[in-house]
Parts: sequence; structure tokens; C-alpha cells
Amino acid sequence: MSAVMITRKVTRKWEKLPGKNTFCCDGRVMMGRQKGVFYLTLFLIVGTCSLFFAFECPYLAVHLSPAIPVFAVLLFVFVMAMLLRTSFSDPGVLPRALPEEANFIEMEIEAANGNVMAGQRPPPRIKNVQINNQIVKLKYCYTCKIFRPPRASHCSICDNCVDRFDHHCPWVGNCVGKRNYRYFYLFTLSLSLLTIYIFAFNIVHVVLRSVDSGFVNTIKETPGTVLEVLVCFFTLWSVVGLTGFHTYLISLNQTTNEDIKGSWSGKNRVQNPYSHKSIIKNCCEVLCSPTYPSVLDRRGVMLEDLSSPTPSDASAASTHQSSNPVSQTTKSSAPLIPNEHTPDEAKPGIGSGTQKSTSSPKEEKPPSPTSPNAVAPAVIKESSH
Amino acid sequence: MATEFHNLQELRHSASLANKVFIQRDYTDGTVCKFQTKFPSELDSRIERTLFEDTVKMLNNYYAEAEKIGGQSYIEGCLACLTVYLVFLCIETRYDKVLKKISRYIQEQNEKVYAPRGLLITDPIERGMRVIEISVYEDRGSSGSSSGSSTTSSSGR
Repeated sequence: MSAVMITRKVTRKWEKLPGKNTFCCDGRVMMGRQKGVFYLTLFLIVGTCSLFFAFECPYLAVHLSPAIPVFAVLLFVFVMAMLLRTSFSDPGVLPRALPEEANFIEMEIEAANGNVMAGQRPPPRIKNVQINNQIVKLKYCYTCKIFRPPRASHCSICDNCVDRFDHHCPWVGNCVGKRNYRYFYLFTLSLSLLTIYIFAFNIVHVVLRSVDSGFVNTIKETPGTVLEVLVCFFTLWSVVGLTGFHTYLISLNQTTNEDIKGSWSGKNRVQNPYSHKSIIKNCCEVLCSPTYPSVLDRRGVMLEDLSSPTPSDASAASTHQSSNPVSQTTKSSAPLIPNEHTPDEAKPGIGSGTQKSTSSPKEEKPPSPTSPNAVAPAVIKESSH
Repeated sequence: MATEFHNLQELRHSASLANKVFIQRDYTDGTVCKFQTKFPSELDSRIERTLFEDTVKMLNNYYAEAEKIGGQSYIEGCLACLTVYLVFLCIETRYDKVLKKISRYIQEQNEKVYAPRGLLITDPIERGMRVIEISVYEDRGSSGSSSGSSTTSSSGR
């Protein structure tokens, strides 16, 4: 070994992942691209609860019961934990196909299509599979170069295929998919309870205090109450409605994406092949199934060193692929074959090495303006292919 | 005709990658993780059909065990929910435990069955649980007929 220290900068796999996600804490945290609405959600929840603890809780703890603020704290902690868990976890992103796999699939498609006459459009890339006596069409994703598994969909905001894609939620700042759907549901459920709780006790507080000192004085003493009631009132309708909607979807074992598209609406005798035909079994599958692992391996170390290669290193590098064949393709973002669907940011990333080198979240320019619908918090974003 | 290797080390040092075969997922039972047991024609001359099918069936059994919705998954789910999912900082999920078992099984199969036949299985988790990638190796000292196919697979790297 030479006497010179070869410094290895540890590059983790998250830095080379394609797609438009933001990573924090050296790959431990994974979010979608646009985080502004997420910060708003945080601000609203933390702000409203702070006002509640500051203005109402002292009075209620003394005049009614100290259990009231205690339960509020527990509920608040649960809501925040579920929100952060939903926002920061991998929703079930499917990694893109490596070149060999992509070529293999292309060859299979060409073999299946046979000869296409010049000038004719090739047939759409669709695979049919039979699931529970129902024909399900698997579409080919031109960005990820895979046939999407059933119930997976490509999110154009995050530019990833996500397994059991539900929707991309701007309030949470992340996609909702197989791995974080139950946290999202528990978040909306607990937030509904928290909103109802704060709203109810605000009313109780105002009534009790008004009996003693009159309504106008009460508002003067606790001005936060007005703000809280306003926020809770508007939040109630949207969040409780959303919780109800998702409870309905869970009982039928459907995703928001399928519901919007009408995949299993029942016309042409098309039925949901994933439903167990029993509400309890459907709920159990969605909420009590095992926690799926992330297949992204964000914090895995990539075998790269930035020192100048010595002769021994060069020969080691050339035999690198045969020296460790099982993990030889550690670069999960091996060069994409650019096509019209490849985002422009990914193209120069080939081999340049520092596509996402900073761990601080930086806002990337969104290519198209996305305005979350203020009435329906859930926004479905899916590319047309 | 089949190239003989004594162990994985020899495979790595004296063989070159000729081809890769991808075993796709079998979705007939829904979205559970299950791989097709159809024997690919590229492996016809390399390995016996029964050995291959046994490996894939064993893997499918492991994945079915990991994804089983039953008593243990309920307990795990309820406990996790009550502790606000902090319990996963201390204990491993059942799925992770089974994934470790799968990784050990694949390693063992590679050493005992596949490497001696010039093949190598990649753990599906490294390919997003989409495919089982089987790398087909040719002895470097063998005839030049393998070099044609090896260039097509190495050009993409």
C-alpha cells in the first residue's frame, strides 16, 4: 500500500437516485419536491395547538379536569408523529430498471410485437395478467423502463413509479403509496379527532367563561380562541371528509387513483380483483399487513473513491464488476437511455457524480405550475403514459 | 460442455459475464411477491430444471411467509401504532427478518448450486423486488463464441 492516504468520500446511494425527491439527514429522510404546503400544514397544526395550550388549557385544567390538556398533548404528539412519518418515509418507490433489465424487456416486447411496417405506429406496450379471474393490464413506463406492477403508478411530481400509488398529497409533501398509506390514514383520522377535540373544548371554554365574565370579556382575555375556532371550522370539513373518503376506500380495498379513474366501477362487469369481498378483511389487509421494507437502500454506500487512481486501483476498478458480481451494479441510477420523457435534469447526471450532493433541502424549479386545489387536499398527479 | 468452477472466488476471478436472465414476477395471486417458476430457455444447458424450480419455489415460500397477514402481523401493527412506531427503532420487523433469511438462502444456493455451474443469483431486493436476476458466466479461457454475447451486456455499463 502506498504511503499516501487515499481519501474516500463516502457517496451514498440516495445521492445518485433519479427522480425528483428531496433527501435530508444523509438519506434518512425522503420527501417530494415541493414542500411549501407541508410547511403550511406544520404551521397550522403547531400554531393552533400552541394557542389551545396557551389560552384554553389552563382554564379547563383548573375548572374541569387536568386530563383534558393531557389527552390533547397525547393526541398532538400522535398527529405530529403520523404526519412526519408519512412525509419523511419512502412511499414505495420502484427503482428504475438497470440497462440490462431494460434491454431484456425491450427484446421481449419486440419479440411479442413481431414486425412493424414502416410508417406504422408500434402497438402500445401493455401486458395482460389474470388476477382472481380478472384481466388486469400492466402498462409500460417509458421513464422507468419497466412494466408497472399492478396498482403501481408513475407520479409526475416525484418522477417515480410508486407501488400501490394512492395520490400525491401536497399537504404532506410526499406521495402516498404502499408503505406510508396507513400512516397517512392514521394522520387524517387523528387530525380529525384533534380538530373536533379542540373545537369542542373551545366552545366549552367560551361558554363556561362567558357565564362568569360575559362573552365580550372572554374574547378579550383569550383572543386566540377566535383564531382557533376559525381554523378548526374550516379544517373540520376538509379533514373529516377526507377521513371518511379514505375509510370508504379502505373498506373496498381501492386506491384514490383507481377510484378517480373508475378502474373498478363495475361497468363491463369489471370488479376489483384485490378486494376480499369483506370489509373487515379489506381493512385488515390495508391497515394490519406487515410493514414493507424500502427497496431503495438510500443509505447504502456506493463503491467509489475520488482519489487519483494508482495502477493497482485502475486494475481493481476494471475487474470491479467481476470481483463482486452480486452487488456489482451498485449504481442504481445507471445511465438512463434518454428519451422524450426523460426529465432534463437527469440527462447531464450521467457519470457526473454530484447530482444531489447537498443534503440540505433545496427547492428545484418546478417545470409546470402545480396549484393544489384548496377544496380537495388530495391532488392526483400522474403522467399520461 | 458446462464450465466447472469450484467456488465463488474462482467464478469471480476467471469468468466473464456472458448474459443475464431475468425471472419476472407472477401476479396471478395478486400483488403478493411471487416469482414465475417457468424455466427460462437460456438456462437449459446450464442447470437442471428441478434445481431451478426448487430455488424459486423456496423463495416464493419465504416471501409468502413475510407477507402473511395473521396473528403476528396484527400484534406487530397494534404494538407499533400504540408506541407511535417508535418500537421499530428497537426491534426488526418480521419482513426484515425474513429478508435476512432470504439473503442467507441465496448466498448458500449460490455457493452450493449455482456457482459450480457458472451462474449467480442476485437478491431480488437489489432489483426492487421486480425480478430475480441470474447472471450467466463463461470461462474466460473458453471459446470465443461467448465474447459476442458478452459485449452486448457489458456495453450498457
